[in-house]
Amino acid sequence: MKPVHKKVLLIIPSRIVARGLEAVLSELGEFRVEGILSDLSHASEARLRNMDADVIVIDPLVFDYVSRANARARLAEHSDAAVVALKTVPMEEEQIRQFDGTISMYDDPVAVVRKLRESLASHEETPESEGHDLSQREKEILVCVAKGMLNKEIADRCNLSIHTVITHRKNITRKTGIKTVAGLTVYALLNNLIDSNSIEL
Amino acid sequence: MTTEIERVVFSEQMKLADLIDVNFKLLNVLSRLGISLGFGENTIKEVCERQGINLNSFLLICNIYTYDSYMPSADLLAGADPATIVDYLHNSHAFYLGKEFVGLENNLSAMVEPCDELQKKIVAKFFSDYRTQVERHFEYEEDVVFPYVQSLIDGGRHESYSIEQFEENHSNIDETLNDLKNIVMKYLPETCDTVLRNEVLYRIYRLEEDLLKHTLIEDNVLIPMVNKMEEK
Repeated sequence: MKPVHKKVLLIIPSRIVARGLEAVLSELGEFRVEGILSDLSHASEARLRNMDADVIVIDPLVFDYVSRANARARLAEHSDAAVVALKTVPMEEEQIRQFDGTISMYDDPVAVVRKLRESLASHEETPESEGHDLSQREKEILVCVAKGMLNKEIADRCNLSIHTVITHRKNITRKTGIKTVAGLTVYALLNNLIDSNSIEL
Repeated sequence: MTTEIERVVFSEQMKLADLIDVNFKLLNVLSRLGISLGFGENTIKEVCERQGINLNSFLLICNIYTYDSYMPSADLLAGADPATIVDYLHNSHAFYLGKEFVGLENNLSAMVEPCDELQKKIVAKFFSDYRTQVERHFEYEEDVVFPYVQSLIDGGRHESYSIEQFEENHSNIDETLNDLKNIVMKYLPETCDTVLRNEVLYRIYRLEEDLLKHTLIEDNVLIPMVNKMEEK
């Protein structure tokens, strides 16, 4: 049987580092680099959405210092891959925790593969939503958001944990590309998910 | 998008017409700095001198506008003039509010013409809320930040304010515009004319890029310049 490779996407500005990592992974098999992005511009985001990667290895340097804290969340808007940080700069504990794993520039190749495998496993434990269309549950939550309800209120109404509500909201944004409450309201109205009478226009 | 390899370094001896040929979007920059077309074979330096525009500031703005990952050198920053940057940002605000938003609003209402009343209302409200949000953001810069920079240029001191607060206040208005783009492209009914829809999308993409550069000029030029002045 042909071994199935896990698809890896690198978001690394240094071409030397990116090519090096690609070479290391190709020697060991199991993981294969299918794409390299050097930044997170709009054009890159579009490619990120269409790559269907299993693991993303990102150099946090592509984010400026302020937005680095939300790096993981920004990627989640475009991809449901596991995200591993490549430690090129010292990172605070808080920043590290958002990722599914980290690798260091000085890890030996076997350790890199092991860490990628672990990150993928830990990532798969969290519930993810399949497909491009909104699920029934997501529509339900979208309607609540459009009506101006807070995460806590939605959680109580739907008998979910706040964490699950947040996961659903992330999936809604990833699928629709719409981030703001105002935008989600327009989406709900245009798709006849809510009655215009329940919204102030 | 221009990559590092193709990079043409803008220098003062370059003809202004060649500069525009490298990146036609710089036409916006010229008009906002009060440079009229019809400059013949004049170089960047000649035109700037004639118009009384600080040369380094002009080059900084053009570089940021053209190269995605451009970070200005300390030398270029030190030689630039904060008043020119403020002037440019101020004129950009006027351009967005007076020209771009009016044009976008007209394009939007032409596009939703075949839609039902409710759909028209939804789109109009979304846009007007966005416009208000941007206006508020600009007002803060016009009423607080720019006067503060001017007072530093004049040698004054304001203990009650520092540019750090500006960085904190620097809210993101690009998400709403991005949502509008998705709504127009993906979720409006098929009855909307495709050509009119394209016009709206082209405008949003252009505006999005322009606003991004605007933010970069604030973050990577104005703020470091003001930080330097505050140290003095």
